[in-house]
Amino acid sequence: MNTPDHLRYTPSHEWATEPDDGVVTVGITDFAQDQLGDVVFVELPEVGRQLAAGEAAAVVESVKTASDIYAPVGGEVVEVNQALLDAPEAINTDAYGEGWLFRLRVADGAAGNARLDAAGYRAVAEEG
Amino acid sequence: MQRTPLYDEHVALGARMGDFAGWLMPIQYPTGIPQEHLAVRQDAGVFDVSHMGQVRVRGPRATAFLSWATLNDPARLRHGQGQYTLLANDRGGLVDDLYLYRDADEDYLVVANASNVEAVVAQLRALADAGAYEAVVRDESASWALLALQGPAAAAKLDRLASADLTAVRKNRMIETALSGMPVRLARTGYTGEDGFEVFCRPVDAPPVWRLLLEAGATPCGLGARDTLRLEAGFPLFGHEFDAASNPLCTPFAWVVKDKPAYGLDALRAADCRRRLVGLVLEGRGIARDGYHVVDDAGDRVGRVTSGTVSPLTRRSIALAWIDAELAADGARVAVEIRGQPVPATVTPPPFYAG
Repeated sequence: MNTPDHLRYTPSHEWATEPDDGVVTVGITDFAQDQLGDVVFVELPEVGRQLAAGEAAAVVESVKTASDIYAPVGGEVVEVNQALLDAPEAINTDAYGEGWLFRLRVADGAAGNARLDAAGYRAVAEEG
Repeated sequence: MQRTPLYDEHVALGARMGDFAGWLMPIQYPTGIPQEHLAVRQDAGVFDVSHMGQVRVRGPRATAFLSWATLNDPARLRHGQGQYTLLANDRGGLVDDLYLYRDADEDYLVVANASNVEAVVAQLRALADAGAYEAVVRDESASWALLALQGPAAAAKLDRLASADLTAVRKNRMIETALSGMPVRLARTGYTGEDGFEVFCRPVDAPPVWRLLLEAGATPCGLGARDTLRLEAGFPLFGHEFDAASNPLCTPFAWVVKDKPAYGLDALRAADCRRRLVGLVLEGRGIARDGYHVVDDAGDRVGRVTSGTVSPLTRRSIALAWIDAELAADGARVAVEIRGQPVPATVTPPPFYAG
């Protein structure tokens, strides 16, 4: 299972970077993309939208199913990955790179639910 | 959960296995559904469809019996020819859709959906007994493995392996021949919209036949691609477009129903087509999935989606749906509710790709 050590994870299979100047990048894990199968559509949040931790922020849709993606931490959407609208398969081929979904400016004092490190997430994912 | 004779082959190829009608079947291989789909549209793919049922119907009046029992007309078939047909109930709906092959004057092979084999056998036996047709109806499913080789290059690939000249085999014809010495029946038909053959063989021969087809360059394809291919072609899947309440006269498959007496036909003819089965092309993002509501301009619910996907060829979101007859004309504008939002769609006759 590909779970880079430098990322944080949620039990609902999102990953988030450590804040860089207060901004985190969010995507879905390699495990999640493998479970979903070939991604065909992505719905992204509006830039400027305020999200609470755990709020449904995006939808990743594969041939098999549509899956809500939750904000791993509260904050304002500052950027979305527009390239996914034309090339959603990047989520399958590069879940931790070109397959990123959106960036959030973390709200002051926000406690997120990206509480898992790589080992912790692997344990959650392997439990199914 | 039942397994086909090719189960170990699928696992060795890294297939993702899933339940389909009580069978553990390959849903997709590691290359993924879109690539499998494109292989069939552009070259050739091979599917394990051994879960499907085979039912033998023979007897002194088998043709007369099947003429009564099914909605298409078996009397039109020559020996070694097949037809798509339907089995109706007496309540204005269907029991299954079938392929019917005529082996001899009064000897037929019926191919039924895996989920419906028992119901098909039961109804055929009941109708044979009720009409004193003396027909023998025997479930031969355990005696057959079934592979489908589909795509524009399917015939050329298979021709190199077969003892017989396959170029002479016309659509809907079945021949008996051999592949590397293994006895097979090859039927030029399929469920993808492409040219191709269904390969009937003994279960024990299924693994070597499968490997032969892979060595010939066919891409292994799972039920996921089979579903996107049939949907792009506009073919119904029993349990989605067709069920016990579906009237085929209200669908693009009304041509199957021939003008002759048949069990269940009176009930089908007596019903109005309040709703019709149509194709939809969506203008927005998102897949219109089975059970989603179709709505009109006013937001009123006017139908339901039965199958939907995104076409791997065109990337358009496509669907089949039963919708109110007054909105079912080609070009009519409706919408599909996807996650609470109406996504505009246009009624469009399948196939959803330029064949």
